[in-house]
Amino acid sequence: MIRRPVDSGDPDRLYTVTGGRTRADEQAFDLVTLIVRESGPTPGMQSELVRILQLSERPVAVVELASLLDLPVGVVKILLCDLLDTGRITARHPQSSGRGRQLPPPETLKKVLLALQNL
Amino acid sequence: MPSRTSDPEDPAAPAAPALSGRPLRDTARDGLKIVVVGGFGVGKTTLVGSVSEIRPLSTEEVMTQAGVGIDDREGVRTKTTTTVAFDFGRITLDDEMVLYLFGAPGQERFWFLWDRLFAGTLGAVVLVDTRRLADSWYAIDRLEHHGLPFVVARNNFDEPTHSLEQVRAALSLNPDVPLLDCDARKRESSRDVLVALVRHLHSLSHALEPTP
Ligand SMILES: Nc1nc2c(ncn2[C@@H]2O[C@H](COP(=O)(O)OP(=O)(O)OP(=O)(O)O)[C@@H](O)[C@H]2O)c(=O)[nH]1
Ligand SMILES: [Mg+2]
Repeated sequence: MIRRPVDSGDPDRLYTVTGGRTRADEQAFDLVTLIVRESGPTPGMQSELVRILQLSERPVAVVELASLLDLPVGVVKILLCDLLDTGRITARHPQSSGRGRQLPPPETLKKVLLALQNL
Repeated sequence: MPSRTSDPEDPAAPAAPALSGRPLRDTARDGLKIVVVGGFGVGKTTLVGSVSEIRPLSTEEVMTQAGVGIDDREGVRTKTTTTVAFDFGRITLDDEMVLYLFGAPGQERFWFLWDRLFAGTLGAVVLVDTRRLADSWYAIDRLEHHGLPFVVARNNFDEPTHSLEQVRAALSLNPDVPLLDCDARKRESSRDVLVALVRHLHSLSHALEPTP
């Protein structure tokens, strides 16, 4: 595993990565929102954005990106907002969860159950 | 000076991190979540790892909380931040659904952050070690408080010395909370725990469906 010399909790570094911004719409991303790139990196793009685009050629969850980039989830969400705004990625938000305390419909749970039984 | 260990000509830039294990299918579009909770060292990471299709990964989230001492005159809320580390794995269920399993941090001081960190979770697995049953009281209490459905799995480090009924009584578990034995190191056993949870969720969702 490649460990970059990133102190992911270091405020200075986090400030640099996000340009000191916070975003209200980062809440839109769930830990398991799946990210897919729409176009590849361009020259001069911030290295973290390049890495996200490299990793999202196939769908990849927000939490996986955070782990692979060795950055806190919240920082990755801010970077994803930028990529979403510029149309470089699309986000597939969870459909069966993230609806408060509500359980998914029985048909969905039945599908999950069958899939697990066949593992 | 024939030292080749720190050759400055070496390209310093690391390659892009490789996705561990297989990538998701192009059609994947629905992420689901289950959390695994329980006391310190009870086998949460082991369970996630044994059933996951990828090597378990870890990451962290910085959680912000409005502080208790709010200074109204200054209009400034004191905020405290806590960095919560957790691990996770995943299981591709079908072309569209992917289940993510989260190993919640064992330290009790993080558990007040659960509902935000794992919002939208389907349900929870509470792992218990019968040598330290008291470690799981807190987890069960929090889950009941949040109304998150759960099953309890006894991870047997040694030959069990109590019956499951004794464990149920010691934990004051509601009779309809499923309780089963497992070996978190074994894939089939960990899968069976997840099956028990989803079966429980399925029957709960049936009970909640409005009857036409
Ligand atoms: N004998 C035996 N050992 C186990 C079993 N499950 C886990 N272990 C071992 O117990 C230790 C702790 O397991 P972990 O999976 O790291 O526990 P954890 O709950 O993730 O621990 P924390 O995250 O630190 O709270 C590891 O050394 C495991 O190999 C089991 O069923 N039997
Ligand atoms: Mg662990």
